[in-house]
Amino acid sequence: MKITGKILFLVLGILFTTAFSGKINAESLTINGAGASFPYPLYSQWAYKYEQLTGLKLNYQSIGSGGGIAQIKARTVDFGASDAPLQKEELDQAGLIQFPLIMGGVVPVVNIKGVKDGQIKLSGPVLADIFLGKVKKWNDPAIANLNKGLKLPDLEISVVHRADGSGTTWIFTNYLSKVSQDWKGKVGNDKSVAWPAGVGGKGNEGVAAYVQQINGAIGYVEFAYALENKIPYVLLQNQAGKFVAPTIESFQAAANNADWEKAPGFYMVLTDQPGEKSWPITGASFILIYKDQKDSAKAKAMLKFFDWCYNNAGDMAKKLNYVPMPKKVFELVEKGWSKEILSGGKPVWP
Amino acid sequence: MAEKKKRHINADILFKAAASFCAALIFIIMAGILIELFRGSHLAISKFGFSFLTSQQWNPVTQQFGALSSIYGTLVSTAIAMLIAVPLSLVIALFLVELAPPALSRPVGYAIELLAAIPSIIYGMWGLFVFAPFLSQYVQPLLKKYLGFTPFFQGPPMGIGMLTAGIILSLMILPFISAVMRDVFQMVPAVVKESAFGMGATTWEVTRKVTIRYGMQGLIGASFLGLGRAIGETMAVTFVIGNDHRISASLFAAGNSIASTLANEFAEASDKLYLNSLIELGLVLFLITLLIQIAAQLWLKRLQKTVGSQ
Repeated sequence: MKITGKILFLVLGILFTTAFSGKINAESLTINGAGASFPYPLYSQWAYKYEQLTGLKLNYQSIGSGGGIAQIKARTVDFGASDAPLQKEELDQAGLIQFPLIMGGVVPVVNIKGVKDGQIKLSGPVLADIFLGKVKKWNDPAIANLNKGLKLPDLEISVVHRADGSGTTWIFTNYLSKVSQDWKGKVGNDKSVAWPAGVGGKGNEGVAAYVQQINGAIGYVEFAYALENKIPYVLLQNQAGKFVAPTIESFQAAANNADWEKAPGFYMVLTDQPGEKSWPITGASFILIYKDQKDSAKAKAMLKFFDWCYNNAGDMAKKLNYVPMPKKVFELVEKGWSKEILSGGKPVWP
Repeated sequence: MAEKKKRHINADILFKAAASFCAALIFIIMAGILIELFRGSHLAISKFGFSFLTSQQWNPVTQQFGALSSIYGTLVSTAIAMLIAVPLSLVIALFLVELAPPALSRPVGYAIELLAAIPSIIYGMWGLFVFAPFLSQYVQPLLKKYLGFTPFFQGPPMGIGMLTAGIILSLMILPFISAVMRDVFQMVPAVVKESAFGMGATTWEVTRKVTIRYGMQGLIGASFLGLGRAIGETMAVTFVIGNDHRISASLFAAGNSIASTLANEFAEASDKLYLNSLIELGLVLFLITLLIQIAAQLWLKRLQKTVGSQ
């Protein structure tokens, strides 16, 4: 009897405290977001830092781009996040606007004995042929012609791709579709595709692990994974014909050279962009919010957070190997906010 | 006195009702799952019909979906696992019960039970980072050298693929099967064994003709327990199977299973038809498991008859 009494007391106590703390939470502002997993480490750090600075609580759930789009359309979150932009028509239909918040790059990585970081050069069409399974050996003339002076082994190429649906694959296949008609016709551009060759790893870490283990492998991972795992990356030929290395500067160059003003609804894919320094497989991660905001104070707080990310938090991003948006782009984004985001018919920003 | 009896009866009725409700709940949940799977996959079922089961095509871009490679991978990886795990478990269980001294059999028994408690993702990561490199460096080159003339051991020795998935699966189900088999052997009455020994039978003869025969039903039950676990195992397989939607005869090649496809592709499947096809894959797995269960029951029944008639 005594024990039951104690348990009852405990349960009541817990109930009281949760009810009470729930009340406190409801009073202070909480913003919920969900979506792409690629920017998750950064968004959660930003949210943590921002809460320390301002007290605004921001939750971000990494459930994948598809999930993020579904959640914002169901209005269960305040913002959604997606690695692949939505088309203007789809945005208008749902009453959403999108804007890029952060960038990253997709980097082809290889495991060939004796080949180090940035030693091997590839062009877009050759990369597509490798992933199509048409170029089968590392000493194939198509590769050797781009790499005069580099001794390439008579080794079978093992292609490694993502097995799970992912924004990274979307960006990568978008690039291959732009540079190879063959790829566009046979495979296409999506978050997961019917791969003509190779094996699939789960997640960036899965692809990185497979590439490191299979002699003669080539795969593609987010920039940060290539750096952290120290897997040799490939120099890629960009639209201007120059071979570039994946660096924060070359990703930003791609974003800077892209013609954002002419992209309706910020539908901009940063692959194969012009400019001598542009890395050809750059991608932005997008935020989706409703144009018509019910709670003006909440909307304003949310936009303030994004503004802080653009203006003050670039260094945090770089430390985690993400690429901040160039000023030119986010000024354009904020101009869009003041025009399009309304609450009760009145603009929310600035 | 009469009132007390009445209360007893009431409590009995109440208890019976509660118990039968709980039992019925299992069927309700099963039916619920089945209905939900059918509902969730009706688009794919009406679009692809029977060809869903016979097509190898799995293309989210063109929205063509067929389950054949996943079904094939599920069955092959499970078959490899059973081929390795069942004989090995049988030997382990026999050793523990018949041969090992108690001082040894107890700690080994605990170790096996502990093995069963390891989460599957740990097996997956161990498989990917430790076991796969070992296979590709030492085991697969040897297999290729001596058995490379068969279609089963061809292609580059990557260390990941169908064979690796099967071996990892066998390690995962081994503790389940051997633990149950050990219990089965322990239940063989000592009198039966002793009388066989008394007639001058050797340990091997007693094991083969008495222990195993006596526990046959239990042994088959144990194997199906392992099979049930292997067929739906997800994370460990996803790590090492290579995740490729193609069927190849070589066990070195990458493949996929129904569970691994679901684990990989569910999160980002935003198209309706894609999602429907994935749910239909789940339905297929459900039906395969059901079929295997029914087959097992029938087999056991037949066995009961033949053993009974002896």
